[in-house]
This record gives sequence, C-alpha cells and structure tokens, in this order.
Amino acid sequence: MKRLVILGAGTAGTMMLNKLSKALDPKEWKLTIVDKEEEHYYQPGFLFIPFGIYDKKDVIKPKKKFFPKEAEVIYSAIDRIDAEQNKVHLDNGQTLYYNYLIIATGTEICPDEIEGMNEDLWHKSIFDFYTVEGAVALAEFLKDWEGGKMVLNIAEMPIKCPVAPLEFVFLADDFFKKKGIRNKVDITLVTPLDAAFTKPVAAKSLGGFLDEKGINLVTEFNIGRVDNEQKKIISWDEREVDFDLLVAIPTNMGSKAIERSGLGDELNFVPTNKHTLQSEAHENIFVIGDATNLPSSKAGSVAHFESEVLFENLMSVIHGEPMKQMFDGHANCFIESGNGKGLLIDFNYDVEPLPGKFPIPGVGPFSLLKETRMNHLGKVGFKWLYWNALIKGRELPLESQMSMAGKEMPDIEPQKTKTLHLNHH
Amino acid sequence: MSTEANTEKTIVLDQDGHLANLEDWNEELAQDLADHEGIGALTDRHWEVINYIREEFEKNGDAPSIRKLTKESGVSTKELYQLFPKGPAKKAAKVAGLPKPKGCI
Repeated sequence: MKRLVILGAGTAGTMMLNKLSKALDPKEWKLTIVDKEEEHYYQPGFLFIPFGIYDKKDVIKPKKKFFPKEAEVIYSAIDRIDAEQNKVHLDNGQTLYYNYLIIATGTEICPDEIEGMNEDLWHKSIFDFYTVEGAVALAEFLKDWEGGKMVLNIAEMPIKCPVAPLEFVFLADDFFKKKGIRNKVDITLVTPLDAAFTKPVAAKSLGGFLDEKGINLVTEFNIGRVDNEQKKIISWDEREVDFDLLVAIPTNMGSKAIERSGLGDELNFVPTNKHTLQSEAHENIFVIGDATNLPSSKAGSVAHFESEVLFENLMSVIHGEPMKQMFDGHANCFIESGNGKGLLIDFNYDVEPLPGKFPIPGVGPFSLLKETRMNHLGKVGFKWLYWNALIKGRELPLESQMSMAGKEMPDIEPQKTKTLHLNHH
Repeated sequence: MSTEANTEKTIVLDQDGHLANLEDWNEELAQDLADHEGIGALTDRHWEVINYIREEFEKNGDAPSIRKLTKESGVSTKELYQLFPKGPAKKAAKVAGLPKPKGCI
C-alpha cells in the first residue's frame, strides 16, 4: 500500500484531496489529510463581516462535509516533517510515513512580529480581519463607533489576498456613508508599496478610486512599532501616522511547523518550483497555495489554478513520466469597490492586470479593471461556487492558464530608461 | 561626452531607476549612485550590506528582502533604515547596481 499525505485541509488541501481520491485506486493508495481545525472557513467572506454584510455562520462549515469518504482524516497539529526519512510527526503522537507529500499549510498573520501590536490595544482599537475572531471583534467595534481616524496598515509583503486592503477601505467608505458619518471619519491606507497596488496599470486605476472616495494614501511606509499610549504607528524611518482605529494586516508567515522542519525561507514559506509546484528540495514533496514562496498572489483562485497543474504533475511523477504542466502564476480576483459594485482582475507572472472582458472576449459578462454591478454579483455568487464546486475539486469553466483573449493593451507610456549624469571631482 | 576619468560621465538606468547594465557597476560608481540617492559617503557598514546583497544576487538572481537581510547580514532593521533611509532593500539594491527586488507581489 502506498501512502499520500496532505498537510492542511484549507482551500488548497481539500481541493487536492478531492481530485486525488477520484484518480488514485483505493486498493493501491492510502490517502491521508491532516489539519488541526474541524471547521472550514470561507476566507473571502471575512472581508464582509466587519460591515455586518456577513456574519460568522456565513463563512463556517464543518470540514468533514467536503472530504471524500475513502480518505483518512486526522485532526491534529503538525509537529514537524522529517523530509529525509519521508515521515511527518504529529502533535497527537502519531507518525505518518509517506511516498508523496503535499504541503498545503497556508499562511497566518503574526501580530507579534511588530513591536507593540499585540499588546493593550489589540482587539480594542487595533483589529485584524484575517481571522474570524478579528473580523467579528471589528464588527462589534464598528457598530457603535462614532468616527475618527481609521488607518489601514499593511505591515509587509507578501500578504494573503493583496487586493483585500483596498476592498476594505472601499467598503468602509460605503459603510460610513450609509451610516451618515462619512464626514466624521478620516480613512487612510498606509502601505509599504510605492502605490495603491503592486502592478502599474491596476495601481493607476485603483489609486483613482481612492482619490474619488477621498481616501488618503501613505506609501513606502514600513511599520516598525505601534505606540499604544499615543495611538500611532511609527515607521522604521521614524514617520508617524495617528489612529483612533487601526485595521492591521500584520506580517503574513507560513506555518511554524515548516520552520521546525527546516523547510522554509525567512517567512516560513516553502521554496517551490514556480512552474512545476514541486518542492525545490525534495522530489516527492509538492507545495500548493499560500504555503509556497511563489511570486504569485496568495489567493484561493491561485490555489485553484495550481491544483490542476499540481494534480497532472504529481500523476506524471507517480507514473515515472516527466512533468508536463507548467503553472503560469494565473490569478483571478474580484475586487469589491463599494455601493454594490466591483472590479475584476486577471493576471499571471508576466502579464499585469489589463482592461477588457472576461471570460468571453468582447462579451464578458465580467469587465476587467472596470467598476460594474455584474462584477459585484460575480463576487457574491462565488461563495456558492466555492462551497458547492471549487473545494470539492469539480471542474470549473475556467482555464488554469491565463488567456490574453479579451484583454486590451492600454495606452501606457513604454517603459523608459533614463540616463544619469555624474560629475566627477 | 568623454571617456576620461575625472570628468562627466553618463550611465543608463532602467525604468525603476536602477542601473540598467549590471556590468557598468564598480565601487566608484556605487559611491556616485549613493550620492545620487542622498545616502552620502559609504561606510564599512554600507559595504557589508552591499557586498552581502551582491553575493545573494549572484546565488539567487534576486536581491534579498529586508527580512532576509536582517536575518543573515548581521545588520539590524533599525540600522538598515539608518544606512539606507526609506526602503533599505530597494535603496541598497540601487547602490549595489542590482535591479529592483522582485520579492513583493
């Protein structure tokens, strides 16, 4: 009997389990999945909780609903992976030997990485919305808040869902308008990036939305510490931003189990081949989703596109054949822009988000990099698709490789080189 | 334009303001780039960082993140920001003649 172990039963791990259980003969293969939690979170829904649009029950279902019945499920934290010996030590004392291992242990926020963040004001005036606890606590706070300075800070890149901070400030603008207190709230987005988003064409268009909505933007701000008494965040180069409410996106790091196993980089993400999704260090280990160190977005859509590539490549390796599928970094993200509208972006390692129509060129129904009602409906409808098709590993009518069809090249200035004149003494 | 030393010279930068041709770089040019960035005279501590990130670039094809820098170069985050104000990872890469780090998405 051969054994395949999946570590982590979030979006990526659950999708892989469902795909593999259909493809591998149960007489030959034992499939095991390990996770410490019994509940599955619909993480894209966390964004809506602070504004009372969703509550806790909208985003939680029991994990076991989504597992195929043949699979062995173990609820335990992971102590460490011994990759040289092909085994995993679990916190419950069990040791699992494997022929193949899939690491899908995700990423988590680490407020302790920032001096003063996880102290007196944590979940009192400083909230995250990347955990269900944080999002619910923030909803409670916002219910009675009468206004002041709201600061959204991104500590450092990379973060899960790089569009979420923008969506948060757009939805906040809408929320305070509807409450009739927008004039009493000062909204500021404070980012370590040099613009509203990482990719230039999208950054220009999204930055325009910030202006329109009267949201301030502070760029190239690398948070060094939080002053709990004076209520301000201070950058490493001693710039300060005051807050009454700090919505924090702390440092995102991979699982501590990865660090204990010696398999991670400086953020505990696993060095992974960006095209094959095989671990750089071990041929019988594959890595998927937020746990990788790939230069792609950490997002469910990326994990979904990766799952198709990983599945094919793993089957090739099992059959002793060369890997054929190459992941291109494809990501597809709806961006809520407030007031029942949204945007959609579609991009990969090499092509930044561009305007156009998606998925049918010229038709849509979704519009790329443009604010429409239909894009908002797509985001809302995605929740159904997620629970009913995506994590069950069903085929979706989307190609894992990004397509240029339907995309328009905007009139952007060609990338210029500059010359620097130096006067020598 | 003249090719003689101690006169004016022109170098090409890429769209991010980093040195366009890696082979143009030398220690003298590093000081010129540092002057241009408002960093001033390069000290031994600056050079420790510059040498470290050039080694990393040779190994990995990318300049390291701030986190990796502080973990492995022996220079604290605080000091890094004093040496290369605003974005140390980016600024240090500029002075070291390397392209903008790909790191963040």
